[in-house]
Amino acid sequence: MSTVTTRIQRLSPACVMCAAVLAGGCATIPPDALQLSPDSTQRREMQTRKYEGIDDKHLMAASSGVLQDLGFNIDESEVTLGVVVGSKDRSAITPGQVAAAVLVALLGVPMDIDRTQKIRVSLVVRPVSADLAAETSRDFYVRVTFQRIVRNTAGAVTRIEAVDEAEIYQQFFEKLSGSIFLEGQRI
Amino acid sequence: MSAITGRRLVAFLLACIGMASCAPSTKAVMATDASAVQLRSFQSRAFDTTETNKTLRTVMATLQDLSFVIDKADAELGTVSATKLSGYELRITVTVRPRGEDQLLVRANAQYMDRAVEDPTPYQDFFTALEKSMFLTAQQVQ
Repeated sequence: MSTVTTRIQRLSPACVMCAAVLAGGCATIPPDALQLSPDSTQRREMQTRKYEGIDDKHLMAASSGVLQDLGFNIDESEVTLGVVVGSKDRSAITPGQVAAAVLVALLGVPMDIDRTQKIRVSLVVRPVSADLAAETSRDFYVRVTFQRIVRNTAGAVTRIEAVDEAEIYQQFFEKLSGSIFLEGQRI
Repeated sequence: MSAITGRRLVAFLLACIGMASCAPSTKAVMATDASAVQLRSFQSRAFDTTETNKTLRTVMATLQDLSFVIDKADAELGTVSATKLSGYELRITVTVRPRGEDQLLVRANAQYMDRAVEDPTPYQDFFTALEKSMFLTAQQVQ
């Protein structure tokens, strides 16, 4: 009987994974996926700053520099449209999860913990006046957005999300302002 | 007793895997569920403007408002691709190209997890958001 219990214990994560694959493979798009959410304005404000008296290329070069300072590799860029895209792979191990895993392991049950994460960023520079071409404009909005995919020690995806912490955006714009000697204004 | 239960579990697992394999293999390269004409009409709208770059910038701003992170943008080709991660993965590509003398045709195609989005509603939602930022009406095209 005890063998059966052990087998079930071993197999249940596999069943959960099967269920996850099922859910992922056949699920349909959530109804609100392409609808503006009520907090989209607030999120836009958090992710955007206005810089005045600068040209777009200077602003994009400074932005790429800040991303590099943060360890991002630049994957794509398109100056005509003011886009810079970057990513980095980093550890996702947190002391809390490690402690929990150790405790659970003491009870004889192995537990997978978050191990790595891929962080992606895109940054878009656009003229404040939409009717002005980027070459003639001197005032720009910079909007930066981060997202991440976290994988655990078994290689399974555990988190797939946008980064929504206001401090992170705050810190990014502080660094950008510092590098161009201009204060970014909240919108 | 234990062997039987074990076998049942294995059978259950196999059934799981069988059910999960709703994504086909290489057949998927050329496969679509909806007809091409129908899809194009869900996915496309015409706008009364000829400014491609301004439209592409507005498309990107709209995608950012919808929590997408831009993956690629190409002004020459008139395309933008972006990904939304929110407990799921949603990829979208938007193309902007001239339609006649005084219009632009904007087409979006999306992929949710491992499936093409072939339901008209999400595209309608996207164009509703886009026309607000464009200050122009998204016109249905046949």
